Amino acid sequence: MSDPGDEVDELPAGGSSTRPAADPRPGVPGVPGASGGDAEGVRSAAGRPGGAGGSVVATEVAASASRLQRLAADRAGRRARRRQRRARRMTALTALAAAVTVLPLVSILLFLVVRGLAALGPTLAPTGSAVTPAAGTAAGFGGAVAGSLVLLAIACGLGLPVGLGAGLWLAERRGRRRAALVRYLADVLLGVPSIVFGIVAWQLLVRPVGHFSAWAGGVALAAMIVPLVARTADDVLAQVPTALTEAALALGYPRWRTALGVVLRAALPGVVTGALVAVARVAGETAPLLFTAFGNQFWSVHPGRPIAALPLRIYTSALSGSPAQRAQGYAGALVLVAGVAVFGLVARRATRDRLTPATRLGAGPLTRPPDERHGGVPLA
Amino acid sequence: MSARRSGADRVYDGALALCAACVPVLLAVVAWELARGGWPAFARFGAGFLTRDAWDPVRQSFAVAPALVGTLVTALLALALATPLALGVAVYSAELAPPRVRTALVLAVDLLAAVPGVVYGLWGLHVLVPALRAHVMPALRDDLGLGRTPFFAGPLYGPSILAAALVLAVMIVPFIAAVAREVLRAVPAAQREAAFALGATRWEAAVQVVVPYAASGIFGGVMLGLGRALGETIAVALVVGGAHGFSASLLAPGYTLAALVANEFGEASDDLHLSALMAAAAALFAVTLVVNAVARWLVGRVGREADA
Repeated sequence: MSDPGDEVDELPAGGSSTRPAADPRPGVPGVPGASGGDAEGVRSAAGRPGGAGGSVVATEVAASASRLQRLAADRAGRRARRRQRRARRMTALTALAAAVTVLPLVSILLFLVVRGLAALGPTLAPTGSAVTPAAGTAAGFGGAVAGSLVLLAIACGLGLPVGLGAGLWLAERRGRRRAALVRYLADVLLGVPSIVFGIVAWQLLVRPVGHFSAWAGGVALAAMIVPLVARTADDVLAQVPTALTEAALALGYPRWRTALGVVLRAALPGVVTGALVAVARVAGETAPLLFTAFGNQFWSVHPGRPIAALPLRIYTSALSGSPAQRAQGYAGALVLVAGVAVFGLVARRATRDRLTPATRLGAGPLTRPPDERHGGVPLA
Repeated sequence: MSARRSGADRVYDGALALCAACVPVLLAVVAWELARGGWPAFARFGAGFLTRDAWDPVRQSFAVAPALVGTLVTALLALALATPLALGVAVYSAELAPPRVRTALVLAVDLLAAVPGVVYGLWGLHVLVPALRAHVMPALRDDLGLGRTPFFAGPLYGPSILAAALVLAVMIVPFIAAVAREVLRAVPAAQREAAFALGATRWEAAVQVVVPYAASGIFGGVMLGLGRALGETIAVALVVGGAHGFSASLLAPGYTLAALVANEFGEASDDLHLSALMAAAAALFAVTLVVNAVARWLVGRVGREADA
């Protein structure tokens, strides 16, 4: 293993035991190996052996000094070896943690592939279209895939523009108090459990009308998309160099054209990734759809009626006693995971490091960007 | 010319302000509708709704203390299991792993973080729960003798608080690990290099320099994981067992607020039952709101101190 740590390990001969433990002050990291004075002392004692004259005293001092030095070097070597052993041990421990973490993934993928692939052939075909499925038989989940697409279309149609607009607004007002408040509220909205959106959409869009509908489900999903897209867009737009905006404004561009044609364009890959992440996240949501889209055994893409969705179908099939429906659920889960994974890979390719840490996961940025990253859009 | 320009700009500003206003409005609507929907139940049962153990739709008596406790216990247990593991993975994949392993690990963790909750639930129901019932639970209760404590006593059903906590832990490990890894990777390389130059091993550099530098972000990631665990609905609903009432045993089935709402909302027939479920959702909303608000505030505070 090419480990830079190993090579430089011997440098601070001695004294590393006096290294302070992790510095208590946050942000001022404890500096390891802040070499103590004892090695220094030994060296200076050996360096100035008693001054002038080749007297016996001088040779003895020199000899004892070199003995001390050897001793110190020995101790330092032992210490260094101990520290290296510790590093190797802890590395192995964290690698073990990684293995334990990946274990469920292996189990889940095996489970999905083994049980899902077998069921995939007969069920993926868009049967279930217009045909009434007999109770307990697999209806095929072509209708569920179509329903999910309709729901996502509604959610994106409503959520993406609003989220993007809010993101632009936030980026333009970076550093202002009102923007900080809206940003905070968007973060809070990100943390709201998805079932809460389902309940509220039911209360507002299903209860008064008297029946479930794709609209209600789409709106519930859109409410989840808005803060996600707003925060990622805000984050990415803030990274566009201020010089770009200033140049556009100096050339006489109006502010709206500067924002949309220059700044947004420069940040487009990041904004697109944010949108992809948001869509992938809500595509797998079940809870907001339980009492809004409700699900549908039949093929339907009518937005005013109850509509099937892949996650919903997986959920109901998991609770079903019929082996055929269960098999369908496994196949559906396999398709859903594959779809989300492909989406995620595309998003990753599209951006690389354009998004700050947590935004890529749809968690919203964790810390406020530092002040020097000010800018992006002309401040209103 | 300039008048027209300012007109277009005004339209643009107005449109953006409208979009931005959607964020507070959405939050207000959610809070208002939950309060409105849950009000009859709150008005009837008062504070007892949160503190008593009585969920009986037939007798029109509703109180969510067991589900509230179930929510907190499953989420905190999951967090306790997930955090050390997730931090280990994050440190390994950001600092210690050889490049090839790192790439594969990052991919696997990100994939895990993207798997929908319902798939975790399906896996939990059909793989994890049978394994728990057949091997883990008997081992915990009988072989280890933990059955003598009230926390691991009682019959083994499979679906249980323990199963819910484990599924939640499996769900939030990749989430926390991914957030923490990204935060660690954002630490300036100069910090690491300075540590190496002073003779630190990779492990020492990671733990004494990089992790403290990124502490606030990591903490934020952990709190976000807690928020997820509190609000997760479907995966928990599938494995928690759905039993009302208190039980000290982790092996007994239970309920969480989200699972309660998901399971009963569809079949609630009368208004008081519906209202009680809305009130349960409102309680869940309040809990996650507090957790998230505190987390963001703490992260912001620690971040500021680090900058200073």
